[in-house]
Amino acid sequence: MTQAATSAAVFKSKAREALSDPALQQAMDRAKGGFVGARRIAVEDLAEFDSLRDTARDIKDHVLNHLDLYLERYERKTIENGGHVHWAQTAEEACQIVKKICLDADARLVAKGKSMVSEEMELNRVLEEAGIEVAETDLGEYIIQLAGESPSHIIAPAIHKTREQITELFYENHKSHGFSERVTRREAIVNEARAVLRSVFARADVGITGANFLIAESGANVIVTNEGNGDLSSTLPREGEVEGPTEYHVVLLDNGRSAMLAGRYQSMLRCIRCGACLNHCPVYSAVGGHAYGWVYPGPMGSVLTPLMQGFDRSYDLPNACTLNGRCNEVCPVRIPLSDMLRKHRFEQYRRNLNPWLGRRLLSLWAWFARRPRLYQGIVALPVWLMNRFGRGQGVLRRLPGAGGWTGSRDMAVPEKRTFQVQWQAKRDNGK
Amino acid sequence: MSDTLKKPTVGFFVTCLVDIMRPRVGFAAVKLLEQAGCEVEVPRSQSCCGQPAYNNGDEANSLAIAKQIIKAFDQFDYIVVPSGSCAGMFSEHFPRLFRYDLDWLHRAQRMAAKTWELTRFLVEVMRVDSLDSCYPAKCAYHDSCSGLRELGIREQPRQLLSLVKGLSLAELDDRDVCCGFGGTFSVKYPEISTRLVSNKASNLEQTSADALLGGDLGCLLNIAGRLRREGSAAKVFHIAEVLAGMADGPGIAEPEDEA
Repeated sequence: MTQAATSAAVFKSKAREALSDPALQQAMDRAKGGFVGARRIAVEDLAEFDSLRDTARDIKDHVLNHLDLYLERYERKTIENGGHVHWAQTAEEACQIVKKICLDADARLVAKGKSMVSEEMELNRVLEEAGIEVAETDLGEYIIQLAGESPSHIIAPAIHKTREQITELFYENHKSHGFSERVTRREAIVNEARAVLRSVFARADVGITGANFLIAESGANVIVTNEGNGDLSSTLPREGEVEGPTEYHVVLLDNGRSAMLAGRYQSMLRCIRCGACLNHCPVYSAVGGHAYGWVYPGPMGSVLTPLMQGFDRSYDLPNACTLNGRCNEVCPVRIPLSDMLRKHRFEQYRRNLNPWLGRRLLSLWAWFARRPRLYQGIVALPVWLMNRFGRGQGVLRRLPGAGGWTGSRDMAVPEKRTFQVQWQAKRDNGK
Repeated sequence: MSDTLKKPTVGFFVTCLVDIMRPRVGFAAVKLLEQAGCEVEVPRSQSCCGQPAYNNGDEANSLAIAKQIIKAFDQFDYIVVPSGSCAGMFSEHFPRLFRYDLDWLHRAQRMAAKTWELTRFLVEVMRVDSLDSCYPAKCAYHDSCSGLRELGIREQPRQLLSLVKGLSLAELDDRDVCCGFGGTFSVKYPEISTRLVSNKASNLEQTSADALLGGDLGCLLNIAGRLRREGSAAKVFHIAEVLAGMADGPGIAEPEDEA
């Protein structure tokens, strides 16, 4: 998705498109309330939730501060268990490692559990170019693979699709599997996918999953899943064999994370990819995940994408946020997401990435704001003018230079004189 | 009055939006503070809290504006602000700006500790438990994000509104969701901002409230501007106007009386 990465630069137009896409809006509207409500109920049932968040943050911080130690111990344990550990600096390196493993195993079909890191690597593209068929086995991932799209949410990749769209996708793609009817009920959709994917699990030569946690002590990996496809991808034997997989490989990918570990963004590495910040972000809910242009959308994506793909390729992401802080409030590992977005804005300003006009206007405004007496004299004029022209209506429907506001909102008309002018006049009269 | 009973001195930070767009909010706030027994002063050396610079990454100007405000407000017992957003800027963000400059850090921390958002100050410091204002209408209260999340302002304005005769309170669905203002965000990303404020307007419509009140003029200008554009009849006031009994005139974005 090198192209997608570049397209982080076109956030605005993609967001505009998304806002006027009725199917997307319908899907996002349905999803939004569900996630927020379900989380609220779960949290209400867990009195110790906030102290668990503190513990989770502390554990993550501890591991990050001793990451070298834990990773090496994990590697040792995994090798002792008969596995292989591969270290990759870049996404490309990681892809080549996985490709080689697959080719060495004469793999024709790979069954994949859901993995955002594999999205980050564009692994499917690389494997497919090597002539290997890749089948996504997570329902949401399967749906978007059929649609030829990328995930729009890190745990619900097809959240932007309506059920009606999924019905059509299945109808078009499952004819060859012997399904000739349109399925519309939720359960029937799931059953049809299950039937198709069952043969994938049976035929697959290699299974690939991500890992939510690696256990240094035992060399185990932990996947949090609700569909069971992760287990099937990683444990089923190859056709004709009786035992489970004959080889076990782990690829550890850096892809810019070490740089984050060393700097001001370390706490971003606490992220467990749960999606709570996306679900509670009003901007994400409005525009969906694809507008963000790369694999990680929403608040966590807006922090990560500039760090992993470059500040110059993701100008809008840290800015397209009202800094309302709802993401911070729900993050289970207490990442100060909106503070990090503000840090990004400071970095952008230092690198002179802001649009020229906005920067000049801001400097001009600040020059006056730093000189209050002068400022108070200067603002009196536009105040008087706006009052003069809008008084009768109470609002201005158009205002030169403020089309961003007045395109969809009226501009309230100020009183004739500013507070400071009125206050000084009152004091002078009182004397 | 003896020295021990000296009234607390309050330096009132008007905020740039109140200064320019709706001075009567400032006068309402001053009235409330004086009624509560404060000695209010409005230093002339103030313009804006600096958020446009701070939230757009301009560190040098944020620092300069912060220093000038800290100097102008050093002398008061309290600094009171009719906005959760600007008060949050002083109490949460000024100290962060000066984390590498110990002298200024101390001054910023002192300022942070003395800064109060208006409704919280009236409830928690001045212990206001009666008001002689009357506003017979069904009102919804909009929780502004900075006030809510940085300063914990949620019950204080509702407590004060319960003291207003005739006023009944309705709660908005999704009351903890941003209205889409976000300062310069509202003009940099107008389509997204519009979607969010439209959601807020429809939440308000569902309550069939007569008026929307709030503690931050930025959000209120945004919501009122959208309500007018949609042709809604709901009135919009800053909470200070209602609490001070000064909500008998036109609401935000309504024509001035011709009288």
